[in-house]
Amino acid sequence: MNIFVCISHVPDTTARILVGGDGKSIDPSGVTFILNPYDEFGVEAGLLLKEAHGGDVTVVCVGGDEVKETIRKAFAMGADKGIHIKTASARDSFGVARAIADVLKDRSADAVFCGRQSIDYDGWQVPGLIAEMLGISSVTAVSSLTIDAGGAVTAERDIEGGKETIVTALPAVIAAQKGLNNPRYPKLQGIMAAKKKPIEEIEPAPFENRVRVVEMTKPPIKAAGRIVGQGADAVPELVKLLHEEAKVI
Amino acid sequence: MNILVFVEHRDGAIKKASLEAVKAAAGIASGMNATVTAAVLGAAVGAPESLGGYGANKVVQVADARLDLYSSTAATAALAAVAAREAADIVFLSATAMGKDLAPRLAVRLDGALVPDVTALQVENGAILATRPVYAGKALEKVQIMTAAQVYSLRPNVFSAGAASGDVCPVEQFDAGLTDASFAVKSTGTTIASGKLDVAEAAMIVSGGRGMQGPEHWPLIENLASVLHAATGASRAVVDAGWRPHAEQVGQTGKTVSPTLYVACGISGAVQHLAGMSSSKVIVAINKDKDAPIFQTADYGIVGDVFEVLPAFTDALKQHMGS
Ligand SMILES: Cc1cc2nc3c(=O)[nH]c(=O)nc-3n(C[C@H](O)[C@H](O)[C@H](O)COP(=O)(O)OP(=O)(O)OC[C@H]3O[C@@H](n4cnc5c(N)ncnc54)[C@H](O)[C@@H]3O)c2cc1C
Ligand SMILES: Nc1ncnc2c1ncn2[C@@H]1O[C@H](COP(=O)(O)O)[C@@H](O)[C@H]1O
Repeated sequence: MNIFVCISHVPDTTARILVGGDGKSIDPSGVTFILNPYDEFGVEAGLLLKEAHGGDVTVVCVGGDEVKETIRKAFAMGADKGIHIKTASARDSFGVARAIADVLKDRSADAVFCGRQSIDYDGWQVPGLIAEMLGISSVTAVSSLTIDAGGAVTAERDIEGGKETIVTALPAVIAAQKGLNNPRYPKLQGIMAAKKKPIEEIEPAPFENRVRVVEMTKPPIKAAGRIVGQGADAVPELVKLLHEEAKVI
Repeated sequence: MNILVFVEHRDGAIKKASLEAVKAAAGIASGMNATVTAAVLGAAVGAPESLGGYGANKVVQVADARLDLYSSTAATAALAAVAAREAADIVFLSATAMGKDLAPRLAVRLDGALVPDVTALQVENGAILATRPVYAGKALEKVQIMTAAQVYSLRPNVFSAGAASGDVCPVEQFDAGLTDASFAVKSTGTTIASGKLDVAEAAMIVSGGRGMQGPEHWPLIENLASVLHAATGASRAVVDAGWRPHAEQVGQTGKTVSPTLYVACGISGAVQHLAGMSSSKVIVAINKDKDAPIFQTADYGIVGDVFEVLPAFTDALKQHMGS
């Protein structure tokens, strides 16, 4: 099977986020970047599909030159090839999806894995955008998946209060949720091999963002919490505050 | 100008998040001289005319029974057809499991763009400006869609639906011309734990962390939750330990919640946990460590042992509710 995994290069979950000088994006200095945690589930799903039905796994990442290190992390897990779609300036999600869809449209992809969300933009949208642009199926927030040799897909997705079973057929975009699998740790051998695997570089067609960032701000700082008291003795005061001051009970 | 709102229902009952979206659309519409049309897909929905009570001017229903189970491809086709029929460029959805799955496909189909998970809306010089959290809530982005077709999904529990005014609106039936091919992706059914509130939808949440010291102590959390009619949540540490199901996990790799009241019991307040719950309206923390970071985010804190404080809190609330 012809398997693709879209991966993104995002700040570490513990990174301190500061707004940059333009007031519209973050200041990346001092921030450590990682392979988006949800995309590890996507890479693992791609590798498992290859192990089950054969084929190869190509990771795709849109971004500046710095994303190459993230592509190599996916190589170390076992991905075979990489495509780096080079962008100098920030693209909105639509622009990222457009660039990916343009590359995939002539490559007869069978399965395209993504993460549920990138932990920077938190959009939950690139997978659905790509699928609709390519005119193929999509299932998001997938926590369980079977794909048979004939390309029939049965997926379970997380919904409020439970699960929903979705049936469709390849080609499809599948966006992974925690629970789908346990991403493998790179082994030393994989890390060594990662250095030699090929990364194809692609210059995407020019794109004008459809979403304009007016401003980026830090959320208002809440006044530090009030300690009502110690132990069970503080409970009556807490109940009073919740009723009279916060008015939530 | 016309704003289309996609209204979800489960087992015929309209979702609260959808009422919030209708109400928010009505608020935006009044600033833009626009009207609000609610789109209802499926035959099973009860009393769609009641959406008039939340500000809808009319409802368009595609009463195709095949739409009673979710299909992203059919819903995209049906909503695009309704938008064309109603000359609606602007579409609102809820950032629910369904809305998040559907909204991107719809945005592409309409040749527009999507702003997902919006937490604030304003109209300036006739344009909608939408604010959304990014970087797990560590920053806020205010954005404007530059294309004519605009899709927004609203974070549940952030916009208030208010009480229904009692008004009703007309309901028009519409055949969206769906074929079997429209259902290329479709749900065959759901499994929902009955009688259990989901953290993503609950107005109140009681969450437990590693400080609860074992799954056998969860009745303390459940008793408090039952008095408050709250959902039960959990930190990742306890989900990873297998004490609680992943569906209850709140945080960056769990669910994002914005309840009116969030009670954190024996949770330290790691950034990844805060990412999922810091937009809660009122936060109460119970932790035996006075330096636990959760106290920085909590509105009210009690420094104490959960095994002592939780039963007392539950009893006091029972009395309070009784009086
Ligand atoms: C990529 C990534 C994603 C993550 N995503 C999430 C996520 O989605 N959600 C999430 O929650 N975490 C997430 N985490 C994990 C997070 O970093 C923390 O490890 C986790 O939130 C800690 O859970 P906890 O507060 O229950 O446990 P701990 O940090 O161990 O805290 C336990 C607390 O209980 C208190 N305590 C102990 N005994 C008692 C008692 N008897 N009475 C009162 N208080 C007591 C202690 O003082 C302590 O503050 C993520 C981490 C990473 C790296
Ligand atoms: N710049 C990018 N390059 C490649 N894939 C991406 C990029 N951004 C997002 N994705 C994919 O889309 C998923 C959802 O991202 P988002 O819509 O930003 O939340 C991610 O988990 C990735 O699989």
